[in-house]
Amino acid sequence: MVKVQSVPSPVTSPAIHADERLQEADHPSSKVALFGADQPLPLDCGIDLAPFQIAYQTYGELDAHRSNAILVCHALTGDQHVANVHPVTGKPGWWETMVGPGRPLDTETYFIICPNVIGGCMGSTGPASTNPATGKVWGLDFPIITIPDMVRAQAMLLDRLGIETLLCVTGGSMGGMQALQWTAAFPKRVFSTLAIACSTRHSAQNIAFHELGRQAVMADPDWHGGRYFEEGTQPHRGLGVARMAGHITYLSDAALHRKFGRRMQDRDLPTFSFDADFQVESYLRYQGSSFVERFDANSYLYLTRAMDYFDIAADHDGVLARAFRGIQTRFCVVSFTSDWLFPTSESRALVHALNASGARVSFAEIETDRGHDAFLLDVPEFFDISRAFLQSAGTARGLTGRNSA
Amino acid sequence: MTLQQQTLQLGPVVDRDTGHFRGDHLLVAEMVERGSKVLDVGCGDGDLLQLLESRGIDGRGIELSREGVNRCVAKGLAVVQGDADTDLVNYPDDAFDYVILSQTLQATRQPKAVLENLLRIGRRAIVSFPNFGFWKMRLQLLIGGHMPRTENLPATWYDTPNIHFCTIKDFVQLCGEINVKMERAIALDLYGRPLRVNLPWWFWNMFGEQGVFLLSRAEKSR
Repeated sequence: MVKVQSVPSPVTSPAIHADERLQEADHPSSKVALFGADQPLPLDCGIDLAPFQIAYQTYGELDAHRSNAILVCHALTGDQHVANVHPVTGKPGWWETMVGPGRPLDTETYFIICPNVIGGCMGSTGPASTNPATGKVWGLDFPIITIPDMVRAQAMLLDRLGIETLLCVTGGSMGGMQALQWTAAFPKRVFSTLAIACSTRHSAQNIAFHELGRQAVMADPDWHGGRYFEEGTQPHRGLGVARMAGHITYLSDAALHRKFGRRMQDRDLPTFSFDADFQVESYLRYQGSSFVERFDANSYLYLTRAMDYFDIAADHDGVLARAFRGIQTRFCVVSFTSDWLFPTSESRALVHALNASGARVSFAEIETDRGHDAFLLDVPEFFDISRAFLQSAGTARGLTGRNSA
Repeated sequence: MTLQQQTLQLGPVVDRDTGHFRGDHLLVAEMVERGSKVLDVGCGDGDLLQLLESRGIDGRGIELSREGVNRCVAKGLAVVQGDADTDLVNYPDDAFDYVILSQTLQATRQPKAVLENLLRIGRRAIVSFPNFGFWKMRLQLLIGGHMPRTENLPATWYDTPNIHFCTIKDFVQLCGEINVKMERAIALDLYGRPLRVNLPWWFWNMFGEQGVFLLSRAEKSR
């Protein structure tokens, strides 16, 4: 294990208590679907997870033909609170720019569903949930989960909601991976796929960054081998460092330079110390400390691992095109020029495979200097493309528009 | 000339009220059977694809410029960013009923390889290109002594994307060399109107501002 030493605690103690978060893990402030012992979730690691639960949010109304449902899959540190005030942080939903009345994912036209992923910490069963067998928090006893496991659980949720076919499945980053996995695993249930800033497999560089984050968590003495709830501690320094490293990968050199440059934070001269002299340091420390308030450290380990294992082609003899052979689903793939975490080359490889499968595919690369995070930000060209893609899918599906609900 | 006698009767194509669509696009659209699957290589802003989709044709596009691609996708069209010279090889054999190359052949690095790929991917290809044998071109070179520039090809020699100009005669010869069958051939005048079909090749090569060809694979000689 890597030891992180002598860094003057960059991340301050969280203002929101762990108890509050723990409460969300078992009793979420959203809808929740319970699956009993008779409805296990078969995991890729060979374990049947039962009982388990999926916390989810919905926006808009399902139409009479059940044909206007859109599944939104969240990214690594996202959750089901897409377009409502977050119950823990009090901040707006993470995709309010995209989802809502008049937005590209128009809640007056579509029925939007967003579940928290299995392994998450906002109400779907994960390492922060209570293990019914022991009455204690799962911690590292929770089985390793994969992106296909998340998708299988979501399919069970849709069965429960009585939705056979999705008009669209969409998401960015890890959400995009789920969208692609959905389409590969359940092609008949997905009418269209909007895959944003993602890839069909996690690259070596991305696995490396995830390992860095995990080692930072595990090096924190407060992690206690994953039993921090029992010890009454929180590895907030380790998780904060993991978030800081992750956050750098979500931005770009140009965006950091534009936002911060070499400007000093509330001072004119260097202090000749390890204080946060530079604005960029102060910003990263803030990102780290605000993250630990709302996220579970073990959940971060599990979800980064799920992304590392993701490789659609590997499940199809190493040939990506085979995963999508004969597929009828309409695709729109979007990448961003300055995204170096999921660069355009990854999206292009997907598009080539889809072309080889004869799929109907659109592919747009959006010019922006805002890096991987661009999919969460206000990028009008991206909104126009998403809106038009959904409208054309809706027309092809026979949706009649706003009055169809 | 038997080939030209096979050409479509084109009168109604242009007379029909088709609003804002370009003459050569209407001509191309008329050649494509309904319900077929089409790839438009170098689809620009997607005008032809929109015309095809409005006629119940399953259209896909490739476009080099990012701006063009994004405008197409924002219209709900299935278009990907790509280069005719490098990306056609990624498409499997017989993936489309028709592959269209509209006013793009002269801008490719390897026109012959591109043409061969079109007829590998598609069972048929529709190719249109500016005719460098057009009388205005010849006159500018002969009398003016400079590289020709016309209303439809206004770029100067140093900033034109068009690096492989050819004449209708050149193109017909290439089709013969690579064993391509010409099913239909049409020459359009400066205003996008088809020239009369029963005129000799030399007349087309002189007075056709562009050529439009419907091609298919010739039977392989055994």
